[in-house]
Amino acid sequence: MLDSIGVKSIDDLFSDIPEEILLKGELNLGDSMSELEIERHIKKILQKNTSTESHLCFLGGGVWNHHVPSVVDTILSRSEFYTSYTPYQPEVSQGMLQALFEYQSLICDLTGMEVSNSSNYDWATAVGESCRMAHRINKRRRILVSRAVGPDRLSTISSYCSPLGITLDIINFDETSGETSASQLEAKLDDDVSAVYIENPNFFGIIESEISNLSDLIHRRGAILIMGINPISLGILRSPGTYGADIVVGEGQPLGLYMNYGGPLLGIFATREDPSFLRQMPGRIIGLTTAKEEDERGFCMVLQAREQHIRREGATSNLCTNQALCALAASVYLSLLGGDGIVELGKKIIANTNYANKVLSELDGIRSPRFSSKFFQDLTLNVSNIAPQKLYDGLAVKGILGGLPLGRFYPNMERELLFSFTEMHGKGDIDHLRDSIAEML
Amino acid sequence: MKKYRQAIWDEPLLIEISKPGRRGFRLSSIEPDLMSQIGDLDKLIPSEMRRSEKPELPSLSELQVLRHFIRLSQMNFAIDLGFYPLGSCTMKYNPKISDRICSDSSLRNLHPYQPESSAQGILEILYRLSKMLENITGEDRVSLLPAAGAHGEYIGALIMKAYHSDLEGKDNNRVEMIVPDSAHGTNPASASMAGYTVVTVDSDKRGMVDIEKLRSIVSEKTAGIMLTVPNTLGLFEKDIVLISKLVHDAGGLLYYDGANMNALLGRVRPGDMGFDIIHLNVHKTFSTPHGGGGPGAGPIGVKSHLIPYLPTPLIEKEGQTFKLSYDIPKSVGRVKSFYGNIGVLVRVYVYLLLMGREGLKRSSDLAVLASNYLLSKLDKNYYPLSHDKEIKRKHEFVVSSKPLLEKGVRALDVAKKILDEGMHAPSIYFPLIVNEALMIEPTETEPIEELDKYAEVLNRIGKESMTDPDAILSSPKMTSIGRLDEYKASHPKTMKLTWKSLR
Repeated sequence: MLDSIGVKSIDDLFSDIPEEILLKGELNLGDSMSELEIERHIKKILQKNTSTESHLCFLGGGVWNHHVPSVVDTILSRSEFYTSYTPYQPEVSQGMLQALFEYQSLICDLTGMEVSNSSNYDWATAVGESCRMAHRINKRRRILVSRAVGPDRLSTISSYCSPLGITLDIINFDETSGETSASQLEAKLDDDVSAVYIENPNFFGIIESEISNLSDLIHRRGAILIMGINPISLGILRSPGTYGADIVVGEGQPLGLYMNYGGPLLGIFATREDPSFLRQMPGRIIGLTTAKEEDERGFCMVLQAREQHIRREGATSNLCTNQALCALAASVYLSLLGGDGIVELGKKIIANTNYANKVLSELDGIRSPRFSSKFFQDLTLNVSNIAPQKLYDGLAVKGILGGLPLGRFYPNMERELLFSFTEMHGKGDIDHLRDSIAEML
Repeated sequence: MKKYRQAIWDEPLLIEISKPGRRGFRLSSIEPDLMSQIGDLDKLIPSEMRRSEKPELPSLSELQVLRHFIRLSQMNFAIDLGFYPLGSCTMKYNPKISDRICSDSSLRNLHPYQPESSAQGILEILYRLSKMLENITGEDRVSLLPAAGAHGEYIGALIMKAYHSDLEGKDNNRVEMIVPDSAHGTNPASASMAGYTVVTVDSDKRGMVDIEKLRSIVSEKTAGIMLTVPNTLGLFEKDIVLISKLVHDAGGLLYYDGANMNALLGRVRPGDMGFDIIHLNVHKTFSTPHGGGGPGAGPIGVKSHLIPYLPTPLIEKEGQTFKLSYDIPKSVGRVKSFYGNIGVLVRVYVYLLLMGREGLKRSSDLAVLASNYLLSKLDKNYYPLSHDKEIKRKHEFVVSSKPLLEKGVRALDVAKKILDEGMHAPSIYFPLIVNEALMIEPTETEPIEELDKYAEVLNRIGKESMTDPDAILSSPKMTSIGRLDEYKASHPKTMKLTWKSLR
């Protein structure tokens, strides 16, 4: 090989690197390890973790402990999918392209929106990008954000908006109902408001029942409604498309992804087909087309003139690598469940959460629900005779993860915890949670 | 001799095989004695928000779903199937041991909000990984948060902004980011997202940053420069020390785009070249699978003067305990949910253990050897090397198929013809400064036979272009589908972005 190149040694291939910056000595890493050694080494470290395999999990807040159907594992382990790159050559990448086109279609079916991209990194970055998109569309400079949205999301909006000089204005939630305050929203809405971001269900699990009215209010002022959703709720809750959402973002992790300590996740991003929206959407979009020669159906990336590799500094976003494999998981998941499955799943979850509320509210010193409005998957409760952090730590000792003390995010919620319920739980699990809490009160 | 043929399945869309009543997955039902205590489910949902009809999702059996996606997988080219020398994408073999480790329940069934005391294992791995990456890059602190390289770039640009605001006040005049004309598209896009005006510096005849032009651009307005080393032509920026001095003397910072780090492991570190901020594309250099587009991860590293601005949280070690620290006084704040693409990052740790100190250096040595070897085998009559002919390329190189234009054969056509051989095309039309560019990055994991075959295929395509250009222009013929009508796909009148119109 060296002869063909015309050099004497591999070192000659690096002779153009200035001497003064060459690494003196070697990297400070260990020797190469064998597979067996690595497995033993990592297993030993991972044993220090406590997983939901041994512990009941009632944590949510952006990632939830759902069942992953075995077919999802089988498809995701196909290395034809997971060892491929972004489908730059569509003729040899029809498999991933069709799967992503189907993902976009499924997301539109679920959310009631017209177009979807093929993924963002996660919910938080999707919201951040959506606020920037709203600003590009109407050039206005303020974004109203409900305080009842996920705290990670709220601060990510801030780091995505600050370079554009967009200001964030927080709308409080109603202390009694837990819903975003309609009166505050109305008071703050003016012609300078670019978009309003609300989550439904919100971070406290509360179903925002006034959202249709708020949507009208927002549109009357010419502002854009950005909705954050949990896709798993949309079997039983109205889709945001039906109440006028202009942009929908959400976390796709419940759709067949393991929790993985919080990543990789799946940012859902959907909007209206109106060119002023579609052309401002970030990320890769897959379209259906035909072969040039015959009328055979095929798929390829579309509207690439929005993207960084073509438009450079004028691109709608710098998004390049996304979460394609996670979108594939969501496609498989939604195909397995179908319309009936997603409805049943929603019912099972809301039944579990309401049962949990019933049995937990019977305990002295617990006020559940903390808010009066109806809730879906997450339940906010107030504890008066034990510190939430102490309860959280104590439950972990008893083999239970959760609920999440909210004081770390909301200084005035020092006595509140957020418990989350999924189809993973049965009556026995919830009763066990109640009994375990009772022992600590 | 048998010819390559990609699988062809006439696989319908999911909605076209859907039939009402079919189910692919059954949930355990709601227990009757739980149900009896909560009453009517409909009453638990405010009527204004109750969904009246079920979502219009396809109804399929489990076997139908499985076959559908397995068939699709067979129509997808991947590194596990063949050579994939996409320039700047570092498509190398992804060790399978990572798959086994990452399917362990003690990793994938961890909730990000569980007590830190119950997640010491994963925190320890992430902490160890960040220390290893600090050593490999020569930076003082690494954050594993960014979800991809471009995400790292954006965060890096925010860090620059925070640093200059802190030093020179919020109204400082450092509004310009310098980016070479050969840069990856994400660089100018990220700088622009962070509010910077992008100033392009041209490449000189060698294919490197034109120092005189850089001198004329650098000013008190310069926030920084974003560079890829080796650059996208595969050339090491020889004047990097001078570039670093010019930009630093003007008060600017140096940002390193790590997309091409696979050329330099164990030989030269971005930190030692003068870079203040770096990102790594672990799905390139550290061999985590690219997932058909993602997920990846894009850890960033900074020099000590920029640590106070890193995004939250950081993983710290206190005594023998690992914790997530949110105490970063001047942090740019949160940039995503939770703590990074953990399932990807653990694979990086596995890869670094597998390679070790010597293996890592060897991987870069062999990547550069493979690249120069493949280049040496190409017929330069068809594929002249762009820019300086004498300087050795690093892990990738760019040739131009311009000589084939006289027969009407473009880089795109060459790419399509390669697909017919069961191999993937190079990156094409990039970098933008080379006409009819073919950007080729073979990586260290390919055997010499594959490199020889690729050269043979390219040379044969060159020859055939001269004698029978139609054979090239009508390719590919052996793939799941022939050339696609991409114009129609993006035209407002014919664009179809969901299956709605097919219902």
